[in-house]
Amino acid sequence: MTLQCKDLIGLEDLSREEILSILDTAEAFRSVFDRPVRSVPIMRGKTVVNLFFEPSTRTRISFELAEKRLSADIVNFAAASSSLKKGETLRDTAQNIEAMKVDMIVMRHSSPGAAAYLSRVLDASVINAGDGAHEHPTQGLLDIMTMRQRLGNLAGKKVTILGDISHSRVARSNIYGLTKLGAEVTLCGPPTMVPGAMARLGARVEHDLRRAVADADVLNILRIQLERQSQMVFPSNREYHLLFGITDDVLRHTKPDCFVMHPGPMNRDVEISSEVADGPRQVILEQVTNGVAVRMAVIYLLSGGDPGQLGAPAA
Amino acid sequence: MTFVEKTTIMNGTEVRRAMTRVAHEILEANKGTEDLVLLGVQRRGVPLADMIAGAIERVEGVSVPRGAIDITFYRDDLSTIGPAPRINETNVPMDVTDKIVILVDDVLYTGRTVRAAIGVIMDWGRPRAIRLAVLVDRGHRELPIRPDFVGKNVPTSHREIIKVRVADFDGTEEVVVGEVQD
Repeated sequence: MTLQCKDLIGLEDLSREEILSILDTAEAFRSVFDRPVRSVPIMRGKTVVNLFFEPSTRTRISFELAEKRLSADIVNFAAASSSLKKGETLRDTAQNIEAMKVDMIVMRHSSPGAAAYLSRVLDASVINAGDGAHEHPTQGLLDIMTMRQRLGNLAGKKVTILGDISHSRVARSNIYGLTKLGAEVTLCGPPTMVPGAMARLGARVEHDLRRAVADADVLNILRIQLERQSQMVFPSNREYHLLFGITDDVLRHTKPDCFVMHPGPMNRDVEISSEVADGPRQVILEQVTNGVAVRMAVIYLLSGGDPGQLGAPAA
Repeated sequence: MTFVEKTTIMNGTEVRRAMTRVAHEILEANKGTEDLVLLGVQRRGVPLADMIAGAIERVEGVSVPRGAIDITFYRDDLSTIGPAPRINETNVPMDVTDKIVILVDDVLYTGRTVRAAIGVIMDWGRPRAIRLAVLVDRGHRELPIRPDFVGKNVPTSHREIIKVRVADFDGTEEVVVGEVQD
């Protein structure tokens, strides 16, 4: 099936079938990376603008690589050097860019809802590359793709997400996507970061780390936003590490094949110890590779690409 | 809109005979199996390539390297609503550089699939030559592409549809002509 929408704003808006369709298409693109030529010509002549109003290294490079590997023409736009500094509104900036005949806009913005707003005022497709604390759908998809490669069908699988859940767009996209695929999601962190009300998203809230990891098939460890430390959501980095940091000792209390993910950038020895970050249980770099494949799939499918009846997922 | 079959133009025996003849023609043109590589276009080109490889092995006692290519990401019609392709595996388990690649597909029609397939192969290496083997050539080319080895020439109208059925996917081997009717 094709995606029924013009834009990708969040995984909340997608059906289970659409998510699976993106993941299967992403696997086909993943296999392209092992070829002598790692790009395909399918998006030749299409123009994509990367509009980043917030700093980003990994996501921006990943989108750029995805677009280049699809042979699209790309333009990068960073807020620091833009007319926004001169007081132009987001709508005017975006409409000016669209008037230059672009097919797709990838946007990161600090305001929740910025991508949805843009999608309503533009004819071009909009991909949300993170809007405030709302959603980061391609990160959610690449996390789910990595889990699916390891665990197969995610129905009934237990995923524990750790960290600053209430301010995390990554957590939200993970929760929406994972619950749609039937996974059981547990959220863990201090109550200031994981309020009980988060359970309304369809996840279990657990403030005791040992209990949260005991039966997990995978731990998805989110970055602690140290820049928010001024709001005193936890007393110190060291205390957070002692209470909620994932260390080899914590992993001894998990199932033996439980593996560890992190969307990066990591704060070593805060949310994750260096021994775990470099250890045999983590799949962090697989996530990064899958990120490019998932973004290729989303861009391709929103551009009218059709994965057909997904009877036989590409190897 | 339903597909209505009109005639069976090849039965299983005729399909196998045609591909056996194609195998002989390939051997004759290539003067043996040296440097030969068979690449089937997903999906029905793949079992047809297997058929040719089987015939070559019976005659020469040599197993020719085989692979499969999917052309979805090399199509030229992303923006138009075309028939829905599956994304199948591309598996080129050999270096194609300096090889004679025999590209195998079921039906040759506009030539656009072949153009895309040539693009795929070129991204895997630089073959000495690419030859085209098809079970059915139905005419109506839109590109300057011609087959080197043909199982059967079937003059058709644009309205007609050629369906190739192979054992692996359809449980039977045959070629039928039909039409889409309202």
